[in-house]
Amino acid sequence: MSSLLIEVNNLSRYYGNHCAVDDISFTLEKGEVLGFLGPNGAGKTSTMQMLCGNLAPSSGQIKINNFDILDQPQQAKQYLGYLPDTPPLYKELTVNEFLEYCAKLHKVPFRQVNKAISTSKARCGLNEVSERLITNLSKGYQQRVGIAQAILHAPKVIVLDEPTVGLDPIQIKEIRTLIKELGSEHGIILSTHILSEVQESCSHVQIINQGKLIFNESIDHLNHQLNTSTIKVETRSPLNLDHFSHISSITSIENEIDTQYLFHYASNENPTEQLAEIIVNSGCGLLELSATKQSLEDIFIALTTKKNNA
Amino acid sequence: MIFTIASRELKTLFLSPLAWSILAILQLILAYLFLTQIETFVSFQARLANIDSAPGLTDIIVTPLFANASIILLLVTPLLTMRLICEERRNKTLTLLLSAPLSSTEIILGKYLGILGLLILIICLTSLMPLSLLVGGELDLGKFFCNILALSLLVSAFASLGLYLSCIASHPTIAAIGSFGLLLLLWILDWSAGISGKSSEIFHYLSMLKHFQSIQSGLLNTTDVSYFLLFISTFLILSILRLENDRIQK
Repeated sequence: MSSLLIEVNNLSRYYGNHCAVDDISFTLEKGEVLGFLGPNGAGKTSTMQMLCGNLAPSSGQIKINNFDILDQPQQAKQYLGYLPDTPPLYKELTVNEFLEYCAKLHKVPFRQVNKAISTSKARCGLNEVSERLITNLSKGYQQRVGIAQAILHAPKVIVLDEPTVGLDPIQIKEIRTLIKELGSEHGIILSTHILSEVQESCSHVQIINQGKLIFNESIDHLNHQLNTSTIKVETRSPLNLDHFSHISSITSIENEIDTQYLFHYASNENPTEQLAEIIVNSGCGLLELSATKQSLEDIFIALTTKKNNA
Repeated sequence: MIFTIASRELKTLFLSPLAWSILAILQLILAYLFLTQIETFVSFQARLANIDSAPGLTDIIVTPLFANASIILLLVTPLLTMRLICEERRNKTLTLLLSAPLSSTEIILGKYLGILGLLILIICLTSLMPLSLLVGGELDLGKFFCNILALSLLVSAFASLGLYLSCIASHPTIAAIGSFGLLLLLWILDWSAGISGKSSEIFHYLSMLKHFQSIQSGLLNTTDVSYFLLFISTFLILSILRLENDRIQK
């Protein structure tokens, strides 16, 4: 009970008649990185706004480090660092001035302000732009200032709403490393609509769709659930599909158009080698053989249909 | 915490040309008006010497100067207050304040004190002009103080109403037009009071102009002071409630 950083019970939020978040419950412990996965408009941002006290829930309860966000908002918010979907930056200030203001707002003790600022600048790679006006920084750097602001006061809970949007691939990699690093000392919630991001940086994953929580497990569980993979094959002339029936790991074969095929297989056994051999021997002329990654949509379909079947 | 927000607010105002240009233009206009009043005084001086209990230097120069300043500030204050909350909401920076361990009261008071800082600076600069008369003449310091107090209370009231409208408006321009319109209405409410006779007593009380002039005349009355204090606290409380409401509705 006491080690729980976030406890959410039966949280709902209505905008008029539209239900944005529908009866969500989850918990977060120290050292966990929770990925919040869902398509646009699924209710990720609303949930995060409620967690950070920016939006009052229609019903339900949120506890941050055992403080109720509605009854004791100031105590609860002390433990929170929040990066909203649009980073809240005063663009007429320099990076240093802005971070100093944030430190004061979060009641960082006077003597530790400078140390806190330099630590978070170093972590987000902002040292070379400290004296520049935020308005003159590129979007990627502005995003980093937003992250620096969220981790400045070493909060127990860090809430990041789509932290890697607008960053280039190298920066994305850096941010992922940073998140992993922070994950050991803090509890982190991050939202995204990119599946690979969750697979790379999170320890737990929640999938939310149309306001409902449809999946809430550890990341290993997710990977286990997704135990089918797909190979895409294109040949010059049509294949005789009977040739492949003896490969046990192939679960099904789809013929997309003419000479394009999708081979679904159980991911514990990769049949690519055998597959290539058979196609080449049959003389059909192999044009393409590539592994397809599952998209978020595929997972939704997999998860929702699985539920319906059960 | 309140002062952290207030000082940032004030600092931001001076980072843009807005505060500087307002200070410069106000000072120019008021200095011109001040000089005209001195001209008037000089031309009347000989005749005034012959009248018993004639109006003094303070009546002829200070009171009109502050009356003029009040009208100019009626125009300027909405421009200063329009951005307070409205702009933060539009730029999404309000989130920073809302997710920091602050109460809505602290946010509103911080914003209010920040803008009040600039307005008090304007009043100080205005007061320096009559003070320069002390070099060669004498001022009724009691009355002078009452004028400063009257103007300070008045602009504090302007600012509180402007802040509230900035809380409810979706665009700074709407906040500015709204607060200017309301202030002007409250200002001229007294004019209709003269026409319609008895039924206008409530208008008479609501009119800002009357309370302002009453303090300006050197008569420090609880009714007038409490009118302004009530006005200010009403709009500050409304602003706080409005900000709280933001979280519920949206």
